[in-house]
Amino acid sequence: MSLHLDNINTLIELIDSGNKLALAPDYSGCAMKAVRYLINHKVRDLHLVGVPSIGFQGDMLIGSGCVSTVETAAVTIGEYGLAPRFTDAIKKGAVNIIDGTCPAIHAGLQAAEKGIPYMPVRGIIGSDLLKKREDWIIGNNPFDKEDSPLVMVKAIAPDVTLIHAPLADREGNVWIGVRREMMVMAHASKTTLVTYENLYEGNLLNDTNMAPGTISSLYISALALAKNGAWPVGLFGTYPADDTHLRLYIEMARTEDGFQNYLSQYVLDKEIKE
Amino acid sequence: MNIQFKPEELIISTIADMLEGLSHVAIGASSPIPGSAALLARAKSKGKLRVSMLGSEEHNAFTNGGTELFDCAAQGRIDAFFLGGGQIDGRANINLVGIGEYPRSKARFPGSFGSAYLYFLIPRIILFREEHTPRVLVPKVDFISAPGISAENIYRPGGPYALVTGRCVFIFNKKLGSFCLKSLHPGHTIEEVDEMTGFTYEKPINIPQTPKPSAATIELIRGLVADEVSETYPAFAERVFAN
Repeated sequence: MSLHLDNINTLIELIDSGNKLALAPDYSGCAMKAVRYLINHKVRDLHLVGVPSIGFQGDMLIGSGCVSTVETAAVTIGEYGLAPRFTDAIKKGAVNIIDGTCPAIHAGLQAAEKGIPYMPVRGIIGSDLLKKREDWIIGNNPFDKEDSPLVMVKAIAPDVTLIHAPLADREGNVWIGVRREMMVMAHASKTTLVTYENLYEGNLLNDTNMAPGTISSLYISALALAKNGAWPVGLFGTYPADDTHLRLYIEMARTEDGFQNYLSQYVLDKEIKE
Repeated sequence: MNIQFKPEELIISTIADMLEGLSHVAIGASSPIPGSAALLARAKSKGKLRVSMLGSEEHNAFTNGGTELFDCAAQGRIDAFFLGGGQIDGRANINLVGIGEYPRSKARFPGSFGSAYLYFLIPRIILFREEHTPRVLVPKVDFISAPGISAENIYRPGGPYALVTGRCVFIFNKKLGSFCLKSLHPGHTIEEVDEMTGFTYEKPINIPQTPKPSAATIELIRGLVADEVSETYPAFAERVFAN
């Protein structure tokens, strides 16, 4: 059975309202085209997990009312300033924020990947982050009888991971190169949905150069081809971000009305008709 | 000879001097000035210093995704790193989360990133914040993303080393748990720093001026460093280094 779907819309139908959805940061693999479909699809109450942070896709989903909870080490759009819709939603109390720190999010996913309930993580003790987290507990290093406190982070098992990758083959193997946090995301998630830029002729796992950077189809639930699928953010090793468009987004998303204008010009029902 | 330089170039040169003799410096998200400083220090080290810059494809030798920086730090394989903060207080606590009551912050920042971990593990953490005002350098942060000091029983090989701002350099004294003014940038005065700093700090009797970058350093910054940093921070490179 082929994992390949004819179009992104069918792929996106595999995401339900209320899902815990893991997403990659802007410098990794962002399925922005699929996110626009998702906004069109009017999913609600998503629990986003930024691995370990999220950028434009998080801001757009939050602004579109698709999100009830954001679990992340940061919502960042880097050099462009503060994420406008996220910042506004926090001010209004429109989303529940679960503030974390990068290595704790990675560790939570690694615990899920290994099928264990938690993972110890260095640091964190004395941070106010800890006060707000029921899923982080201070334990003691069991190999040290002395007082040796250590934070235990509960496993994070997302319902869905949604990413964009440079290459995938007909078998459904997905090449992510050194961006291996996406491999951990796929291993930890119940469902992994992938859009990809180009079809790789042959089997990625049979190519010794490509195989180490490839997520095996074992972990992939479905894929769809999406040319320029990360636009307007960039895709590592493939194309840079569209700086002009991102600036336009920041400008328009400054206000609620402006953001709605952005949606009607660039998101709502545009690509569905392609 | 009187060399003209921009405020950013002075800071880049000052931070680069703090990295002299180190083996591995890592650069986190949204850090164009620390990134430039690390690249300058690498150029001056004649290849001895390794720089791992998040978000870069050219200047990043990690092959294990987002986790490798953190694994490396916990093993003691990274000597220096940079953190900032919407607020920084006199105990070197940093706040990357927001101002006011949490979680409905009056002003919300992006988030804590890896600070709550890396601050504990990397020996030389340089705090950098260009804006030096009482709203940034506060008596007590509203939210501790990462604490400046920890109790004895907490595993903590790392911590604050210095705080570099647009006006001066502070060095953190771990025994006292407070900052000490080290130097004033050219054109800035102690009265001004006193007025613009919300926390109390130690000061020596004679306060030196932050050394100005040499002509050779400026040439390196505007040439090699500007070119290398533009891959990750094009907007910054355009703003600061374009003529």
